[in-house]
Amino acid sequence: MSVATDLKQPEAQPSPESVKMAGRNVSVFYGEKQALFDVDLDIVENQVVSLIGPSGCGKSTFLRCLNRMNDTIDICRVGGEITLDGQDIYDKAIDVVELRARVGMVFQKPNPFPKSIYENVAYGPRIHGMTSTKDELDEIVTTSLRRAGLWEEVKDRLDQPGTGLSGGQQQRLCIARAIATKPEVLLMDEPCSALDPIATAIIEELIDELRERFTIVIVTHSMQQAARVSQKTAFFHLGKLIEEGPTEQIFTNPHHQKTQDYITGRIG
Amino acid sequence: MASNEHIVSSYEDELTELTRAISEMGGMVEVAITNATQALIRVDHELAKETAKADKAVDDMQRYIDESAVSMIARRQPMAADLRHIVSAIHVANDLERIGDIAKNLARRVKHIDSQRVSKQLYSGIRHMSDLTLGQIKRSIDSFTTRNADIAIDVCRRDDEVDALYVSLFREFLTYMMEDPRNITDCTHLLFCAKNLERAGDHATNIAEAAYYLKTGENLYYDIESGKVQLS
Repeated sequence: MSVATDLKQPEAQPSPESVKMAGRNVSVFYGEKQALFDVDLDIVENQVVSLIGPSGCGKSTFLRCLNRMNDTIDICRVGGEITLDGQDIYDKAIDVVELRARVGMVFQKPNPFPKSIYENVAYGPRIHGMTSTKDELDEIVTTSLRRAGLWEEVKDRLDQPGTGLSGGQQQRLCIARAIATKPEVLLMDEPCSALDPIATAIIEELIDELRERFTIVIVTHSMQQAARVSQKTAFFHLGKLIEEGPTEQIFTNPHHQKTQDYITGRIG
Repeated sequence: MASNEHIVSSYEDELTELTRAISEMGGMVEVAITNATQALIRVDHELAKETAKADKAVDDMQRYIDESAVSMIARRQPMAADLRHIVSAIHVANDLERIGDIAKNLARRVKHIDSQRVSKQLYSGIRHMSDLTLGQIKRSIDSFTTRNADIAIDVCRRDDEVDALYVSLFREFLTYMMEDPRNITDCTHLLFCAKNLERAGDHATNIAEAAYYLKTGENLYYDIESGKVQLS
């Protein structure tokens, strides 16, 4: 009698055409200091990918590479290759403004513009010239607020300042603003860290709905949130991608000791 | 995967206590099966009564383990090996509680058996079956508390021996019943005892499967048809 290990099913690999974004040998330097080391990661279309790891592990740095937010930091240098639909986003021919319209971002702290709720959402489509009439713009604002789950709460006060909303509402307003430009990928950097449990639950429900239309990459410090919202989880430690895999496997049976120690709260 | 200690030491203490409780409960059911078998063989009514009564402590222990596990899930939100530890402990406590019930059932049969009529030879089969099953229970608990996947696999494989002994006892009791119909009542009781012990062996296999899952994160199945231990 023997243990028939060959009965195990191989893990499903994404087909090349379903990979929306891919990082290959991504290294990031802040001046002399290397923050990321040869990261390889595929981001599959219409999936939520969670990036987890202790503070300073490089997860936010990697996230910011995906829409070239690191370009705004003078001393930052990115090596390797990051592709969107197979095209290198660091290619000289790439228009960064257009890239950021395709790869939107939501930040840790809700940061609505000091403008009305309507203007917050209308701002992106307007500067990108996505509409030619007021009706079209109204349609985009309405649809975006609906998709962000905020419409019912603000439909009667669209002219009031976005900064007057509650923290959870402001974050949903920022999500509405991000999706108004019809991005293909949505990056979220700890979107719920400043929110209470109810507002967090609403955002998590929203993430699950948004997944049908967008590909989402989320950085979170909450293991439970990563387990709840994502299909794939990647664990970073000291600038290296230690392990990535289906979320269920990472949280029930991680293969790497460092992952195990981190997610169970042990000293690594 | 060897584990380091938790940053939160009280969490570590709670996990250690869970393993200790399983170990203690395992010891309780081993004693229960041993005493029940002794009571049967020696026709010791007093020991039988004590054994049946002691089952309440096993039930209380299961409740304690369940409550501890549920509380830890609610407060600690366990992940990975910790999650497997807690979920496995719930499964193992359930199987141990069933083994405790089996010991109680064995003890309760003592008063129905006419010791004057039953040949000592019949009891030797039951004693052998009990020894084999006890060994399985003991090693299955060891595999859980020491997180030893090899012992767990071995327990699953050896369940065949318990099953084979049960089939052999079944034939033996049948022969005695056919020889003298006055043996039918006693032999039927002893046959139930053998069947109960065989079931206790199955619970030991379940515990070993839980131990294997705890250690590896993989499910282990014993396929009766092929006689092979398989991974899911």
